[in-house]
Amino acid sequence: MSCTRMESKMLGYVDGRLKASEVRDVEAHLAKCAACSLRVKEFRAVSTLLSGLPEIEPSAAFDMRVRALVAAEPVKRSWWAGFAPSPRVAFAASMLAVAMAWVGSRPDVPAVNVASNPGVVVIDSSDLPVLENFDVLQNFEPLTDLPQPATQSDDASPQDPNQTM
Amino acid sequence: MARSDVQLMMDVKAGDEQSFALLLQRYRSPLVNFLYRMIRNREQAEDLAQEVFLRVYRARKDYVPSAKFTTWLFRIATNLALNSVRDTRHQRMEISLDAPVTVDAEDGDERPLDVADKHPDIEQHLVQEVQNKMIRHAIDKLPEKQRAAVLLHKYQELDYGEIGKILECSESALKSLLFRAYETLRVELAPLVAQQMKH
Repeated sequence: MSCTRMESKMLGYVDGRLKASEVRDVEAHLAKCAACSLRVKEFRAVSTLLSGLPEIEPSAAFDMRVRALVAAEPVKRSWWAGFAPSPRVAFAASMLAVAMAWVGSRPDVPAVNVASNPGVVVIDSSDLPVLENFDVLQNFEPLTDLPQPATQSDDASPQDPNQTM
Repeated sequence: MARSDVQLMMDVKAGDEQSFALLLQRYRSPLVNFLYRMIRNREQAEDLAQEVFLRVYRARKDYVPSAKFTTWLFRIATNLALNSVRDTRHQRMEISLDAPVTVDAEDGDERPLDVADKHPDIEQHLVQEVQNKMIRHAIDKLPEKQRAAVLLHKYQELDYGEIGKILECSESALKSLLFRAYETLRVELAPLVAQQMKH
């Protein structure tokens, strides 16, 4: 090993950071090079002096100041958080969803049995509660005095007379 | 079993504030000492160390354990310290020219030399303080990058790979940097080195 190459190994040797094979190479060089041998001793002395330097203790308020800085940090929101609804909008949306679910869960109007009774429209009167009192309204005496609709007799509507309600 | 730095940081990322407190406890002293030795101003060193922790906290959501936690931590600290040294270089020169004769206290604070001190081992104590001051000044005289390399190598015991990443240089360049730094320290501290070698 040359003295130049020794430079890159010297500090590692002083601090015991070399591999065993590198240590053998360094020691073989030191055994025959007085200059490098002296340099190693001097570097070791420098290292010892540096080790003796006392440390300082962070002040008592250090942790508290760091915690205060961290606590003052604004809460970081992800980019999609801006789309999050306000509580009022969320409540309105949930109520709308409940209403839609309720409407959707109601039983369907029975289908018209076109195959067995062509031309007959079956309407479930339970879905049309106002028609429950149709007979009462029809026979309501005060209403009989009212003139009949002019078009009733002349109406040429294609409405089937067999239609039931 | 103590959780590793990376595990603690991942927990911080997941929202665990207690893990951040553990990291703070683990690294406050090494960071403050590193920064104090870099900039030689205790108050400023603490301010910078707080800034380091704040930056770690701010970056928690983006943290990816691609390198050692200490590499990341001391990279932030080194960059802050180097910027601070460059910003205050003129100010530091003025202070050093006008500074009164002081000795370094053991806690690192400088105080005026008090000859009336009735400390029983006053002579030994003063000798030690003068020696510490010489060592600090020798470190202080190193170019910033060499100083950072020596401090990270000697006091933080980081390996060459880590220090290379922190200082953004190759391992061979780092070894050369450290060799030159130790050469400077050997010359600056020659009387102390000679004394040390006698022991």
